[in-house]
Amino acid sequence: MQHDDHHHHHDDHDNHFSEMQARVKALETVLTQKGLIDPAAIDAIVETYETKIGPRNGARVVAKAWTEPDFAEWLTRDATAAIASLGYTGRQGEHMRAVFNTPETHNLIVCTLCSCYPWAVLGLPPVWYKAPPYRARAVIDPRGVLAEFGVTLPESIKIRVWDSTAELRYLVIPERPSGTEHLDAERLADLVTRDAMIGTGLVSSSGDVR
Amino acid sequence: MTTPDAISPLVLSPGLPKSREGDPAFAEPWQAEAFAMTVQLHEKGVFSWSEWAEVLSQELYGPGRRADASDYYDCWVAALSRLVTELSITSRADLDQLTQRWQEAAEATPHGAPIRLENAPGR
Repeated sequence: MQHDDHHHHHDDHDNHFSEMQARVKALETVLTQKGLIDPAAIDAIVETYETKIGPRNGARVVAKAWTEPDFAEWLTRDATAAIASLGYTGRQGEHMRAVFNTPETHNLIVCTLCSCYPWAVLGLPPVWYKAPPYRARAVIDPRGVLAEFGVTLPESIKIRVWDSTAELRYLVIPERPSGTEHLDAERLADLVTRDAMIGTGLVSSSGDVR
Repeated sequence: MTTPDAISPLVLSPGLPKSREGDPAFAEPWQAEAFAMTVQLHEKGVFSWSEWAEVLSQELYGPGRRADASDYYDCWVAALSRLVTELSITSRADLDQLTQRWQEAAEATPHGAPIRLENAPGR
C-alpha cells in the first residue's frame, strides 16, 4: 500500500501473540519479578544482534534479483512466494511486497503506527525505525529524513513512502551499483546493507555503508 | 552492555543457528529475547552450561521436530520453561496461566499500542 492511498489496515484488527511470543513474555514476567533478569539488559543483548543477523537474508534476496531476471520478475509479481522459495518466511503469515528502486524512483519503508517490519528478511528493526521521529517524519519529509541518513537524491528522483502493516510488509530492492558486473550473487549480497533495504541507504560498489 | 564474547558457553548450545560470522541467528524478536534471558540466567549462575545443554538436547531430540529445524527456538523456549520449573523458580501451572494472560492482553490491545499484561481483561 502506498502511503497516500490512505487505506490503513492498522485499525482493522487487534494484536495477536503466538504461543511462543506469549510464553517468552510469560517467562520474562516471572523472571523479572524474581529479580533474576533485568529487562534493560535483555534489550541490550537483543540489540547486539539485531543489526547483524536478519539483513543477510534480505541481502541474498536482493542479490538474486540482481543476477536472475526470472527471480526479479517473480519477486515483482509475488514477493511472498519468491522470498519463501529461499526459505525466508514470516511465522505470522504476513505478505511481502518488493519495491524496486529505479533511476526515477526511490522507495522508503516505514510503519507509521507501530513497528511492522519484514522480520523474515531483515531481522529485528533498528531502534530508530521504531522511534516516533522516524515514523512521523518519513511520511511528511522523506527527503529530509534521507538527508539525515546521508542520502541526498536529486530533485528529479521521486520518493515513494510505503507504510507497512501487520499483514503487508515491504522490502526495498535497491539499484545494483555500476562496476559490480564481475561479482557473483554471494559477493553482491555482501554489499547490500540493511538500510538500503529499508530505503534509508544506497548500495555502493565498494561496500561502504552509504 | 554484555558483549557476545562474554556469553560464549551458550553460543555453544547444540545446533544453534548461526550467521556466517558465528553469531546466533534469529528469525523473530522473541527468539532473541529467549536467547538473551537464557544468557542472563546462566551468567547469574541460575544454571550451569551443562545443565542447560542437557535440557535443550532433550527437547531438540524429542519427537515431532520439523525437518527444516525452523522450530529450533520453540525447543529452546520449551527447554527454558522446563528448566525454570524444575528449579522451582515458578510452577508449570503458573507459567501456563501467565502465557494465556499475555495472549489475552495482546488480543485486548489495539494494534499500534504497547502490549501490557494489565491490558488483559479482568477475570
